Amino acid sequence: MSEAEQTSTGKAFTATMRRDLLIAFKRKNDLLNPFMFFFIVATLFPIGVSPEPDRLGEIAAGVLWISALLASMLAMDNLYRADYEDGSLEQLLLSPHPLYFMVLAKNISHWLVSGLPVVLISPLLAYMLNLPAESYFTLFITLLLGTPILSLLGSIGVALTVGLGSRGLILAVITLPMSVPVLIVGTMAVQQTLNGASLAGYLALMGAMLLAALSLAPLASAAALRISVN
Amino acid sequence: MSSNAGTHHSNQPMLSAKALFCERDDRVLFQGLDFELQSGEVMQVQGSNGSGKTTLMRILCGLNDNFDGEIFWHDEPIKQQVPEFRAALLYIGHRVGVNKVLTPMENLRWSCSMQKKVSDQAILQALAEVELRGFEESPCYTLSAGQQQRVSLARLSLSPASLWVLDEPFTTLDARGVGNLEKLLESHAGNGGSALVTTHHPLNVADLRVLSLG
Repeated sequence: MSEAEQTSTGKAFTATMRRDLLIAFKRKNDLLNPFMFFFIVATLFPIGVSPEPDRLGEIAAGVLWISALLASMLAMDNLYRADYEDGSLEQLLLSPHPLYFMVLAKNISHWLVSGLPVVLISPLLAYMLNLPAESYFTLFITLLLGTPILSLLGSIGVALTVGLGSRGLILAVITLPMSVPVLIVGTMAVQQTLNGASLAGYLALMGAMLLAALSLAPLASAAALRISVN
Repeated sequence: MSSNAGTHHSNQPMLSAKALFCERDDRVLFQGLDFELQSGEVMQVQGSNGSGKTTLMRILCGLNDNFDGEIFWHDEPIKQQVPEFRAALLYIGHRVGVNKVLTPMENLRWSCSMQKKVSDQAILQALAEVELRGFEESPCYTLSAGQQQRVSLARLSLSPASLWVLDEPFTTLDARGVGNLEKLLESHAGNGGSALVTTHHPLNVADLRVLSLG
């Protein structure tokens, strides 16, 4: 085979991303489920806790972060499952390109479909939960940095469990402990900046976590996929 | 079109295995298994149900690493040249790798683009060869199992791969489909490629070699 006709890893990366976005677009459930789940969970809190604006304002950041975490977990399951069941995953594993980039492509397109809408709608829900107006930006930017971390970490759990027949809660048991630091930094950032702390430190911490997740999590997912398909 | 005519010496095996041993659930599937596959050869892997045909195929592709022994690609250990080996490999397993919500066109665009840039024209041509003309824009969940199998078999004529590993490719095909695939295998071998095929169906291919398991 001549080298010239072989596709570059970059081309394979965009082809994989385009394919996953196309599948998500054709299965509208994938687009709407996490988004609707986030919306519903967040709107249940005023009913369950208290509709008093002051009390809601206090818990708003935590509520939104937890809802985002749960929505991300809910969306994770279909990241590799269809590909595992129809054999596309084997084709992906046998591609001549580094699996790291192929997994990263799948993770990015998955976040664009399931994470980004949640981030975009969050200021509206923050308004509904009476979060102080000066925190909107903090909430938005921490969710924007934080939800990709949740997706990348969730991908490891899904990759480990994709071969199991009945998964039940095992995905949550694997993924939630890894997600807790993100949740802590995210809610802390919103609360502490209200009390006058600088946002920069929290953003740096979140950014560092995102970079670490981007560079390491796909490696772990790739290794886990090879084990699951074995 | 299957290309890749003899760029390698024909006296050197394309794929060879030495002393393969595989055990699953305390049951030995095969041990001391040796074979050589030259370019231009088609080898049928035979054996009763559960004799380890699929496991052997997956081991050779590198999907399963639960074995002992050595596998060589052009006389070099396969572990040292994984990307080169994968660029020359086309594997079609029981699960054919066809996404149900995508159309045959979209499926092939993705799976072929992993190895080589393929034009839409070439994909249409390949779909016509597997008699799926007119279905190129239907979602694959509307196709029958045999038609989905054909979508994956269309990759055979699009891929630059020199080694085909086909696990039970005939199960859902009709008589004409079987005949077409046999012709494809012959022309692939004629172009210097080689193929490993598991099937219970008697293969009607010239110069067929047979490897029996269990």
